[in-house]
Amino acid sequence: MKLDPRIPLGWMFTLCGLLLTFLGYSTSGNTELYGRSLGINVNLWWGLVLAIFGLSMLVAGYRAQKSLEKESGGPR
Amino acid sequence: MLNLTLVDWLILLIYCFVAVGIGFALKPHLKTSSDFLLAGRALPAWICGLAFIGVNVGAPEVIGMGASGAKYGLEAAHVYGIGAIPAMIFLGLFMMPYYYGSKARSVPEFVGLRFDEKTRGLNACLFAAMTVFSAGISLYAVARLIQGLHIFDALFYAWGWPLEWIFGFSVLFMAAIVMVYILLGGLAGAMYNQVVQFFLLVAGLLPLVLLGLKGGGGWNGLRTSVAAVDPSLMHEWKGVMHAGTNPMGIDIIGIGMGLGFVLGAGYWCTDFRVMQSAMAAKDMESARRAPLIAAIPRMFFPFLLILPGLLAIALPTPHTTTVVREQNGIIYHETNVASKEAEAGKGLVPAKLDAMTGHVMLDAEGHPLLDYDLATPKLLLHYFPTGLLGLGITALLASFMGGMAGNVTAFNTVFTCDLYQAHIHKDASDGHYLAVGRWATVGCILLSVATAFAAVQFKSILDTLQLAFALVNAPLLATVLLGMFWKRATGHGAFAGLIAGIMGALLHHGLTLPTAAHPGIHGGWIAILHTYPSDMTQNFFTAICAFSANFIVTVVVSLCTKARAEAEMLGLVRVRAHLVWWKRPEALAVAILVAAVALNIFFY
Repeated sequence: MKLDPRIPLGWMFTLCGLLLTFLGYSTSGNTELYGRSLGINVNLWWGLVLAIFGLSMLVAGYRAQKSLEKESGGPR
Repeated sequence: MLNLTLVDWLILLIYCFVAVGIGFALKPHLKTSSDFLLAGRALPAWICGLAFIGVNVGAPEVIGMGASGAKYGLEAAHVYGIGAIPAMIFLGLFMMPYYYGSKARSVPEFVGLRFDEKTRGLNACLFAAMTVFSAGISLYAVARLIQGLHIFDALFYAWGWPLEWIFGFSVLFMAAIVMVYILLGGLAGAMYNQVVQFFLLVAGLLPLVLLGLKGGGGWNGLRTSVAAVDPSLMHEWKGVMHAGTNPMGIDIIGIGMGLGFVLGAGYWCTDFRVMQSAMAAKDMESARRAPLIAAIPRMFFPFLLILPGLLAIALPTPHTTTVVREQNGIIYHETNVASKEAEAGKGLVPAKLDAMTGHVMLDAEGHPLLDYDLATPKLLLHYFPTGLLGLGITALLASFMGGMAGNVTAFNTVFTCDLYQAHIHKDASDGHYLAVGRWATVGCILLSVATAFAAVQFKSILDTLQLAFALVNAPLLATVLLGMFWKRATGHGAFAGLIAGIMGALLHHGLTLPTAAHPGIHGGWIAILHTYPSDMTQNFFTAICAFSANFIVTVVVSLCTKARAEAEMLGLVRVRAHLVWWKRPEALAVAILVAAVALNIFFY
């Protein structure tokens, strides 16, 4: 197969992670919203974790994709 | 009511976009029927391994594991421990060489190569029916969940659509996405999605478990609060020697034989729905490593899937409370109204409501019937704020789609190879079979949508799934095992054995009944000779009956019929690769086994 699965995986988690981080950042200090999650800004922290995971998947995926295409003689 | 905000919807939208996008990205590479049905047999081991586990964590598992965590406690981890891990190791070490090495495209085709066409045809028909059925039930379960959690309610209000349409809308919405990505990307499309779904499920449930444990005072806090509900829930193995002393009501023979061997191996070693991901591997070593790779996350899944159930039952039951406070001389009365199903429940698990009367349903002893299926989703709603809630719901929906897609891709391969090509149209062009594979996909999805709608009318359809499994997989296990490890087994023997196995399962089901059930779909439709403490126990023994009947009849009939020449069975011999010892699948297998034993000791 000519698509490295880390690429869609990376996009999914990078986008979701950034979205959550942004939401977490803009709602930080909102005690009513984060009361249910024990006062932790879970959006911010978990969003950061997901974004880092997603970005590393993207980097690894595009690297592997490049060498894959080199091997098979350029992109098809 | 559930209030999803824009961010929640955006996350769900991103997932739908990625799922369909995978299909579009793979489409240009999809040229032959083998590309479509077998993913071109070109995937690396880690994708196959994660897809292998991804097929398995569909709606019945995610919801069911949380439910059994709440109902049976840590004993539900048995399904993971004894049932799955050894079976997956056995598959990787001993069975995969035959499946993959035979070049068969499906498990029925392997049965055909090893035995004969009639055995293959019988197995293919039963299997195809089971996949359509279980795809339909997955759809039904998900749509019910969406309805029960009121996920689409606000959207429907905004659009001015009647709320009664939510069930139908959910069924069609899920079916449409699965259909698009399978039609475009074939098996590879489904497997890539299962990999994404696997990570999504971890991303959605891991913060839930962590928050739940923190909120419940850590592992020890959970222990004390669960012990207050029912002390037997926290042990995996205590009371296992005797059926009366553990929550599921199963003794050690039932667990060992039923779960560990027949049901576990029947599912993990012969069910083509999981097998198809391993058989899509690029070479033999990858195919053998796939189930072993899958076993690693599988060991840790009890934390993700069963603990939410326990955490939900350990939380305080919501009650209607009124808080009186005074601010600037004005007295405020704040009332938190808990619904009557929540108040009658246990922890966060609500009681079931009678749809006709609106009253809480009671069991024979007068206790409220609990809707355990809502354990995990309720915990999600309890802890997650908007944003993460969208991720959690997306993770649940995505894993449901993955489980359903596994049924659909298994159906289209078995239909195209084992029914259409073998019996209807033998020597057509490859392009023709590619088209048949695509139409089989459409057909399977339409049939499963119909099953989902039928299940609304005929509730008993849901209860037949376990029976279908005992009828199809448990007998097949004996056939496949004898086929792989006993040269003397013959085609006639296998065919007679398969029929005997099915009969054995039906007979056992017809003669026994779980306690507190009415004769009929739950069993006892011939006569009631024995009652089991739970329907799970009954299922185990139905599977044992099916397996034993098949095994004995296959052996006896094989010995009476003419053996096949060894030279004809050459394609089914084990191939060994020369690798450094720690790269061999055997090394990985030993490490997994040690870890699994350690986990069991920890939770004793």
